[in-house]
Amino acid sequence: MNIFKKFGLGLLISLFITISANADKIRIGTEGAYPPWNSKDASGKLIGFEVELAWALCRYIGQQCVIVEQDWDGMIPALQMRKFDAIMAGMSITDERKKVITFSQGYADEVASLAVMKGSDLEGMETPEGINLSLGGSGVNKALKTITGALAGKTVCTQTGTIHQNFLESGDVGKVNVRTYKTQDDVNLDLTSGRCDVALAAAVAFTDYAEKSGKPVVLVGPTFSGGAFGNGVGVGLRQASQTGEDSALGKRDAALLKAFNKAIDQARKDGVISRLAVKHFGFDASM
Amino acid sequence: MDFDLIINSFPKLLFASITTLKLVSVSLFIGLFIGLFFAILRIKNNIILGKIAYSYSYTFRGTPLLVQIFIIYYGFGQLEFIRESFLWAILKEPYWCAVIAFALNTGAYTSEILRSAFQTIKPGFIEAGKSLGVPNKLIFYKIQIPIAIRQSLPAYGNEIILMLKGTSLASTVTLMDLTGVAKYIISTTFKPIEVFIIAGSIYLFFTFIIHNVIKFLEKKYSF
Repeated sequence: MNIFKKFGLGLLISLFITISANADKIRIGTEGAYPPWNSKDASGKLIGFEVELAWALCRYIGQQCVIVEQDWDGMIPALQMRKFDAIMAGMSITDERKKVITFSQGYADEVASLAVMKGSDLEGMETPEGINLSLGGSGVNKALKTITGALAGKTVCTQTGTIHQNFLESGDVGKVNVRTYKTQDDVNLDLTSGRCDVALAAAVAFTDYAEKSGKPVVLVGPTFSGGAFGNGVGVGLRQASQTGEDSALGKRDAALLKAFNKAIDQARKDGVISRLAVKHFGFDASM
Repeated sequence: MDFDLIINSFPKLLFASITTLKLVSVSLFIGLFIGLFFAILRIKNNIILGKIAYSYSYTFRGTPLLVQIFIIYYGFGQLEFIRESFLWAILKEPYWCAVIAFALNTGAYTSEILRSAFQTIKPGFIEAGKSLGVPNKLIFYKIQIPIAIRQSLPAYGNEIILMLKGTSLASTVTLMDLTGVAKYIISTTFKPIEVFIIAGSIYLFFTFIIHNVIKFLEKKYSF
């Protein structure tokens, strides 16, 4: 009997140690399926711009971190249910999301773009190089009109619950036949198979895919920013008011927001964000 | 609990369940014929045809439905010769990919259900027919098939319910069925509990109806 008691006690102690060791770690949720922002290598290890940035920010904060994988469509609910403390998953800061969670300052700019397979009749669309929906103006309106005409009757594919879906359904480009997918990988597959006439996502998601798969995926039309596309990508955090600002959990959430903002400031000043952006995107997307 | 959300999303989900019901009924209809065809191959004493039918049911019962859908939808879509063949007109559409996967899957299970039903028919029934001079064809259509259908009712009722729940996988190939629309609402409201509870209740309601219809039929055709 004695050996069982000892074994049980040992189990309890080790359980206690693992729990207490995890208690003060910052858990960061990412998708691991949106290269080059975040993805997985062949061995299943999380890699990408945000994974490296997360480790860097944790060093600035001076706390240990755990990076947790979470499907995109459950990202915000998982944060609210405290499966992790922060989202770093290429999530743009939008007003719609701000109703339910809060964001740190932005750390990187994400520009969206349409993509087609080489040889599509959408190639050579005459639009400015980039449009900012927040600025508006006749140039933007003209470009949106061109795009509305080009997308009419086409199947446009995008990932579920993204700014890209919001934009396509906003009416800015008319009534579009939108098809939504669980991951960007699925969008890429159906773009190359021809089920999708055109796809919308972060421009780098397409260029990265074209480069790695060797498939002739090309960007068309302008790059989009502002408006439905939000104001850059930031760390998604719980609102301290979710559990009450005076509660221990609420205070921890508020402290995390401060810590991330400060860490992003420092990382920017030291050039860490720019360096990582150039490494993963090929250009400086820091902000 | 957000009751406004529950009230607002209920009609949308109810409307989406039409797609779900369409998927179930079309797949079950096609699957029943596939199942009957392969069950007959199994009970005829032909070794080669029996083996073919067996490997079909073995393959489709031995692999997950999700994998089958993915192979038919994403897998075939990557093959050049399929994209260039006449099949692409059908396989291009997510709806038909889902129906093909569901029908082949339920067909495999149905063939097993019907086969065992045929095999449990007491030889006396067939012998009685033979001794009265009834032709073999008529014995098959008028004696074996009706008895087999009655025998397989409880198991087939289960299969219908499993299929109803299986169609929730259609949302993985972009179809906006009950689960697909539920996920869509969640992606904009970020409230999974409320939406999935309603979606679950709608599935439960359909199961309730199917269950009772089968029970009624079992009573009616009992002997």
